[in-house]
Amino acid sequence: MGFFDKIKQGLKKTTAAVSESLGDVMAAFVKVDEDLLEELEEAMILADLGAATASKAVDQLRDRAKHERIETREELRTALCDILAGMMQEDSGLDVSSEPAVILVIGVNGVGKTTTIGKLAASYAAQGKRVMLAAADTFRAAAADQLTIWAKRAGADIVRHGEGADPAAVVFDSIAAAKARGCDIIIVDTAGRLHNKANLMNELNKIDRVIARELPDSSRETLLVLDATTGQNAVSQAEQFNKAAKLTGIVLTKLDGTAKGGIVVAISAGLGVPVKYVGVGEGIDDLMPFERRAFVEALLPVEGDE
Amino acid sequence: MAFEGLSEKITSAFKKLKSRGRLSEADVKSAMREIKLALLEADVNFKVVKDFTKTVTERATGAEILESLSPAQQVIKIVNEELTKLMGGSNAKINISPNPPTVVMMVGLQGAGKTTNGAKLAGLFKKQQQKRPLLVACDVYRPAAIDQLKVVGEKLDIPVFEMGQGDPVEIAKAGVDYAKKNAYDMVFLDTAGRLHIDEALMDELKNIKAEVQPSEIMLVVDAMTGQDAVNVATAFDDALGIDGILMAKMDGDARGGAALSTKAVTGKPIKFIGTGEKLADIEPFHPDRMASRILGMGDMLTLIEKA
Ligand SMILES: Nc1nc2c(ncn2[C@@H]2O[C@H](COP(=O)(O)OP(=O)(O)OP(=O)(O)O)[C@@H](O)[C@H]2O)c(=O)[nH]1
Ligand SMILES: Nc1nc2c(ncn2[C@@H]2O[C@H](COP(=O)(O)OP(=O)(O)OP(=O)(O)O)[C@@H](O)[C@H]2O)c(=O)[nH]1
Ligand SMILES: [Mg+2]
Ligand SMILES: [Mg+2]
Repeated sequence: MGFFDKIKQGLKKTTAAVSESLGDVMAAFVKVDEDLLEELEEAMILADLGAATASKAVDQLRDRAKHERIETREELRTALCDILAGMMQEDSGLDVSSEPAVILVIGVNGVGKTTTIGKLAASYAAQGKRVMLAAADTFRAAAADQLTIWAKRAGADIVRHGEGADPAAVVFDSIAAAKARGCDIIIVDTAGRLHNKANLMNELNKIDRVIARELPDSSRETLLVLDATTGQNAVSQAEQFNKAAKLTGIVLTKLDGTAKGGIVVAISAGLGVPVKYVGVGEGIDDLMPFERRAFVEALLPVEGDE
Repeated sequence: MAFEGLSEKITSAFKKLKSRGRLSEADVKSAMREIKLALLEADVNFKVVKDFTKTVTERATGAEILESLSPAQQVIKIVNEELTKLMGGSNAKINISPNPPTVVMMVGLQGAGKTTNGAKLAGLFKKQQQKRPLLVACDVYRPAAIDQLKVVGEKLDIPVFEMGQGDPVEIAKAGVDYAKKNAYDMVFLDTAGRLHIDEALMDELKNIKAEVQPSEIMLVVDAMTGQDAVNVATAFDDALGIDGILMAKMDGDARGGAALSTKAVTGKPIKFIGTGEKLADIEPFHPDRMASRILGMGDMLTLIEKA
């Protein structure tokens, strides 16, 4: 199943939950008038794009509708998809070319970091890569046990210390172990932390520096995991995490629910960071490469879709 | 922060207004735009915002401008009062069963904070009310969910009842029976995270409810939730008839508009807030504080109260 189908499948389930959808708005479209534009703006806000982004997109849409004489509902939808997709950074996949490559996975509590790591590890292992997981969440109850289960499922190695150990030390040891065993990719699981906690963000920065120091020539990816149910606060999350460890990509999880994760449009535009993957379930295969176009199309379903 | 300027914005929207007399509809309308944006930025659901601004407009239009307050302050005061009213009375308590054990069922989306905050609640009752709580491991899906519950249970010195990866309905029932036999007077059921649109898993919760008849079904909501909070809360309430809401992760910098949204659509009280990852980080919910937080202007409101 492709990205779009999977998301659409999620959206199909929402009929009862979402009463007013963009599909309805689009269906009512006759010609571009201000009422319609306002409704579109509302629909975008309901998809968590945020009032500012929605209003910006609508301004651009109004301009285009005038200049390009957009008249049909479908043309309007396409134009809005163009505008929103155009705001987002283009993705070029993960760079894991210089080995051992390191993927650092960070984000606030409970967004899906550990699960995403399990899925990523499985996908690399399936490509014949030797993967090492670093259990640098030494804080949360049974975090390392959870990662250990994922390591087994994925067929990856794992380095773990006891509860309360220094996460940077775990990372240090996992790098040494990966070098010794000839691993291709190290994926670092970090504890969930709220971005307004300076000490925890410093801890993250320390992990980032250890990696840079120990593996100066390796490929590096730093992925921020965002939960699609999160609203406007995701902007602040992205800004603060980007300061602690320079982000190279975003993973948007839990898109299998009814939340649409529209806030990533503003984040990708604002920070110039692409979304790289989406999580669409709790299973090991429920991770898909991000596709801008398909994503914005899922934000704006076609008529008769709901 | 984003809306530290809200009062200034409203003030400037009232620029042309004479400082005496009554507020006209046009006066109020421009202020309402700023308020609407602030609420949306705080993740209050769009439809809730619409209803809310309508109510406030009605109340503010024609309101007499008090000597002690500027027109802007007057409107903010009304907004604050309406927000507080919408958020409901404080001091909502956990329903305690007359025939122990009191069964509390923690439910919600994946990663919302059920396990951690269920344990925190159990710890709170143990410490403050000398209860004998039991934690029951009904999450048989998430990797290491049972281990996690055991670790938090051990930290609080509260026992955990588990039956491995069995049937959650059976486990809940056996857990409650075990509590009865062993004189535990409170049972906290840790259920797995699930999507509100996952029919099979929502049915599982209904079956647990039917089997053990909990006196409190607590929906755990992440304070960072956006527009979808209303869909989630409505679906869980429709399926189970929730008794209360716990807002987790309030120690972040999210405005927490989800609190207002969930309360508005379910009418169910927010009873507790989670304020950190540690097991002591739980507090009763205060609607007035939440109102100030959503508008991001706590100090301003304190000023108004003094005026
Ligand atoms: N429906 C759904 N659930 C997901 C997805 N990704 C993760 N989850 C679930 O979300 C919950 C939290 O996932 P974790 O991977 O433990 O999240 P985390 O960010 O590592 O959490 P902390 O380490 O506690 O900060 C678990 O119940 C996962 O099964 C997804 O894409 N869809
Ligand atoms: N900062 C903060 N973190 C919290 C709070 N409550 C829970 N957490 C964290 O959020 C993450 C998820 O919490 P859990 O209790 O595992 O959530 P859950 O709902 O049981 O998750 P699933 O069982 O996977 O659905 C963990 O990292 C917790 O430590 C809170 O009030 N503040
Ligand atoms: Mg984790
Ligand atoms: Mg749990």
